Amino acid sequence: MVRNPDANRDQFRPHDHPNDAFLLTTVVGSYPKPKWLNRADELVEDPDSKFDASDLEEAHDDACRLVTREHERAGLDTVVDGEMRRNEMVEFFADRIDGYEFNGPVKVWGHNYFDKPSVVEEVAYDEPWLVDEFEFTSDVSERPVKVPITGPYTLGFWAFNEAYPSTEELVYDLADLVNEEVEKLVEAGARYIQIDEPALATTPEDHAIVGEALERIVSGIDEDVRIGLHVCYGDYSRIYPEINDYPIDEFDVELCNGEYEQIPTFTDPEFEPDLALGVVDAHTAEVESVEAIKENIRQGLRVVPPEKLTVSPDCGLKLLPRDIAYGKMENMVTAVREVEAEIDSGAIDVDDPLDD
Amino acid sequence: MTQRVAATPGLYPLPDWAKETLSELKGHQKGDLLSGDEGEAIVEQYDEVRAEFVDDQLDAGLDRVVEGQGRWDDMIAHPLTVHDSVETGGIVRYYDNNNFYRDPRVVDDLDFSGDVARELEAAGDLLADADGAADASLAATLPGPYSLADLATNEHYGDEADFQAAVAEFLAGEVAAFPDHETLFLLEPSLVTNPPAEGAESTATDAIATVADATDADVVVQTSYGALGEKLYAHLVDEAGADALGLDLVAGDRDDTVYNVQEFGATDSLALGLVDGQNTLVEEPETVAERVEWFESQVPAEGFDRTYLTPNTELFYLPANKYRAKLNALAAAAEVLD
Repeated sequence: MVRNPDANRDQFRPHDHPNDAFLLTTVVGSYPKPKWLNRADELVEDPDSKFDASDLEEAHDDACRLVTREHERAGLDTVVDGEMRRNEMVEFFADRIDGYEFNGPVKVWGHNYFDKPSVVEEVAYDEPWLVDEFEFTSDVSERPVKVPITGPYTLGFWAFNEAYPSTEELVYDLADLVNEEVEKLVEAGARYIQIDEPALATTPEDHAIVGEALERIVSGIDEDVRIGLHVCYGDYSRIYPEINDYPIDEFDVELCNGEYEQIPTFTDPEFEPDLALGVVDAHTAEVESVEAIKENIRQGLRVVPPEKLTVSPDCGLKLLPRDIAYGKMENMVTAVREVEAEIDSGAIDVDDPLDD
Repeated sequence: MTQRVAATPGLYPLPDWAKETLSELKGHQKGDLLSGDEGEAIVEQYDEVRAEFVDDQLDAGLDRVVEGQGRWDDMIAHPLTVHDSVETGGIVRYYDNNNFYRDPRVVDDLDFSGDVARELEAAGDLLADADGAADASLAATLPGPYSLADLATNEHYGDEADFQAAVAEFLAGEVAAFPDHETLFLLEPSLVTNPPAEGAESTATDAIATVADATDADVVVQTSYGALGEKLYAHLVDEAGADALGLDLVAGDRDDTVYNVQEFGATDSLALGLVDGQNTLVEEPETVAERVEWFESQVPAEGFDRTYLTPNTELFYLPANKYRAKLNALAAAAEVLD
């Protein structure tokens, strides 16, 4: 069953928040890398270059500072480092988990490839995956930091399984490792964890496996830690209302891309976790106007009341030009604060949010 | 005595060097994908890729050599996505995989293209010139009409049946232009994933027969992603004009496939999807050989003309090193059986 989002939401409300209503603003995680960082990633591979691993670490630190600040400047209530240190959402973790090996890139579409790893023996936890990244970002940020982690279902199903009798069993072992990592992050001070499970959208019939994996992930995690689940580009009628049984505080979903056609799916039966709603499209290179985003936010109020609504972009913004990504975040925050003020004044009727 | 033939239906992963050179030459976006009129520099890269694919198959010792379909950016939707009467729409999911292709929207008559015939001609030339190719012969690859129609959007022809028939006529015209080939693989994954509605089976099998009739070669109708429904299976055996039905023995429930064969008989030859095209774990040749003997023993017939030893899907899902290992496993398994 749903965790207790009421128990952890208020810690993210800034002390100087201007309105009574509070819609938590956040992002999904990834952000366009500055071009110089991509060059630096390549340079370190070049044997003729003097640019070495410690130079690259410095470059990553610089990029994290810069992008974390960029998120703060946009006015977000919770921030991330834009995943500047991560190459790809499965590869990054597979590289850190014992039991995976890499054989080379495979096609996703056209000439877009991904270094899909193989699980060749039982997976095991070695060094922490994200604790250093979290501590660094926390140090440079004045806002609370959210930590996105690729979920065990995606880590299992977006790999080749050579070692386990079923990929389901692999997923549960991975879930235990994610639980270990979450415990370490919590020890280091993290209070907002997001589990990313895009693979669930491709195989919604496996929702029960994701549910069982989440039970393992949150085992022993106090209710002052906010656990979100991000899924994107799926047919949600196939996993709702089952997600009401997931042990999460928040369900984060992209619906701007589909112009909110699927919103009614979440209205019956009553939505139980907090809803984190995508209100800007991660795959169109135009910044939505504040007015348009305000309309999108109102769609979320059809599902949950303001005190259960979180607002974010549809998905990670990494494929956008950087100025567009920033513009979307900035307009999103402006739109949220205006909607909050309109809720306070009664201009928006939360019982009939689309009514003007 | 049943002849064992090690073969694949093609769609190989590009070698890693070609992944890099071609993405630099072509780009990463939807609009950069192949349109069928690529320039000289790109043609040269694909020529090298094709030569490498032929060598890979000869090195492994396969009995049939395919072109390898390195150019097929849109997987089996390729013959439509490069067609002049087709506009490509958005990127859509390729079956239940983390792979995507451009939605081919058919907006005009599907007249003759010749795109696949040109590729096959080039592969045939390579094979003719190759050392040690004496035992191998050329195999052609095409999508089956049912799957190709299923993957496409019809904005020109009448209903679904008209569209399947039109796609079949188009593919038959392409086959007629092929150089001599020993075997034709028609890939039909949609027969399992999105089978024809009850009563519409014959529309699908008629369409397949239209394509099969266009060649003198052995025709293998290759299915993937699990067992065929029993009624559809029976229709395919009787009506599709296939010399061999290709059956996936890796994914789904193998017993369903055994039941189909025991209950409804089989085509004169069979193709068995024995090695997993979607997993890097490489099968031992002995294990593959045992699976062949096991399956043949389940079937009441005296024997088949041929049993094709194949992967259960295309091989592009794999990293390049593992794709080559799978070719080796198939060829070695056929040797174990000899």
